[in-house]
Amino acid sequence: MKMLINVPETVVADGLRGLAAAHPELTVDVDNRVVVRRDAPVNGKVALVSGGGSGHEPLHSGFVGRGMLDAACPGEVFTSPVPDQMARAAAAVDSGAGVLFVVKNYTGDVLNFDMAEELAEDEGIQVTKVIVNDDVAVTDSLYTAGRRGTGGTLFVERLAGAAAEEGAPLDRVAALARRVNDRCRSFGVALSACSTPAKGSPTFDLPPGELELGIGIHGEPGRERRAMMTSGEIADAAVEAVVADLNPDGPVFVLVNGMGGTPLLELYGFNAEVQRALGERGVPVVRTLVGNYVTSLDMAGASVTLCLADDELLRLWDTPVRTPALRWGC
Amino acid sequence: MNASASSTPDPVIDTEFVRRWLSLATSAIEHKSGWLTELDSAIGDADHGINMHRGFTAASAAVEKEPSDTPGEILTHVGRQLISSVGGAAGPLYGTLLRRAGKALGDQPTVSAEELRVALRSGIDAVAQLGRSERGDKTMLDSLYPAVEAMGLALGSGSGLVAALTAARTAADEGAAATVPMLARKGRASYLGERSIGHQDPGATSAALLIAAFAEAAGADTA
Repeated sequence: MKMLINVPETVVADGLRGLAAAHPELTVDVDNRVVVRRDAPVNGKVALVSGGGSGHEPLHSGFVGRGMLDAACPGEVFTSPVPDQMARAAAAVDSGAGVLFVVKNYTGDVLNFDMAEELAEDEGIQVTKVIVNDDVAVTDSLYTAGRRGTGGTLFVERLAGAAAEEGAPLDRVAALARRVNDRCRSFGVALSACSTPAKGSPTFDLPPGELELGIGIHGEPGRERRAMMTSGEIADAAVEAVVADLNPDGPVFVLVNGMGGTPLLELYGFNAEVQRALGERGVPVVRTLVGNYVTSLDMAGASVTLCLADDELLRLWDTPVRTPALRWGC
Repeated sequence: MNASASSTPDPVIDTEFVRRWLSLATSAIEHKSGWLTELDSAIGDADHGINMHRGFTAASAAVEKEPSDTPGEILTHVGRQLISSVGGAAGPLYGTLLRRAGKALGDQPTVSAEELRVALRSGIDAVAQLGRSERGDKTMLDSLYPAVEAMGLALGSGSGLVAALTAARTAADEGAAATVPMLARKGRASYLGERSIGHQDPGATSAALLIAAFAEAAGADTA
């Protein structure tokens, strides 16, 4: 697989140098792998820190800025960051009002953030953690690692970030983040596997005439392989899986998310089918986002995330946000 | 046990021994990195070999730079380095294994085979607790627990260090191979459900490499 890189070993550092060059409103510590909004710590504001493996861009570094994250910690490709990174980020952004860690539910992420929480608390920083686990393709049980965190992360980071920007205290920001997570469900589909820079070839074999249903965002195969389907059929499968689990009794936010290798033209066409499928199931839509937000390197495919809205969440959603990847109202 | 194991005099478990282990473990991880990554691409995300290699290279360099006075101190140091450089689940889990084992060894300049076994056992228990995992979940525990148990049986029946660690190595390898038919219940492989069956667990495999390095550090024939 041809890639626009120098060598695999420097992919993450190269990307961070480029992020820094494009976004002077961010402070990028390339050596320690911490991305911080330049005006941090913001006086009296609860700070949000997230992080995860690289390869999901713009998540999380592209969501650092006003109305969203205060800092992000990118790990190696598809590998959670190490505790030192989150502890350093927490120290850089804490104004004294405390720090919320937003953690996607993967064994490695949870363990490393747990250790970072201990390190930060040793430094006298108040830390609360919220775990995002919105992926309905995974059976949620005590006997598995539980549901993965995927597209719901964007809603948690945006809405909790908006509340923090308005001056809500740590316990309220954390409660809101958990409430948002509880109201989010996602389902993803892959048309091709992705290739990590280190491996250089697809992480699993997906023949031309087939697709994977229920994929995650790390190039791991999904739950089920089927013969290729149309955009409309995929939309029905994804929406059905999400709606059956969420049972929405009101309007929803919709994220039609590209996995990195699918053109926007196809994503918009897919969104038309998702909106149709929601309409047929009587689910009203208040806001829609279409684009590559929570990606899996060059994987072709898409995921659908629904977040159950209410008046408070809708108001928070529309407040100003200014990050590299999400920006409106300012 | 084989003839060479019984005829080799048992070495002392001192800082030299642990340093030898680290060097053997680091080169085993380096040589098997591609295989670990291959196993991980079947049921995970194709980076286990790379991450372990990065961690052990960093740990070797750190121990080289900052010499320690006791076996326990070296293991603790390696554990800390793994936590700070590996990431993923492997960093905290392997880091905890070695940190806890190192702490259990205390600050003695030399330790007995039984003390090493007890220390490894407490490290493994800490991994089980941290990962909220148990044997049969298709994880590193499936090679680590059989390894310390085999070591305990051998020591209990009067075997020396070389024979006991050789038995541990065999048990770890068998434990790793026994993960093939298992259904993964922890970590990223668990997302695959039934599709995780039929593949050897990369974590159980790398753990077996670390146990084998102990046997080789003691002077056992290379397997």
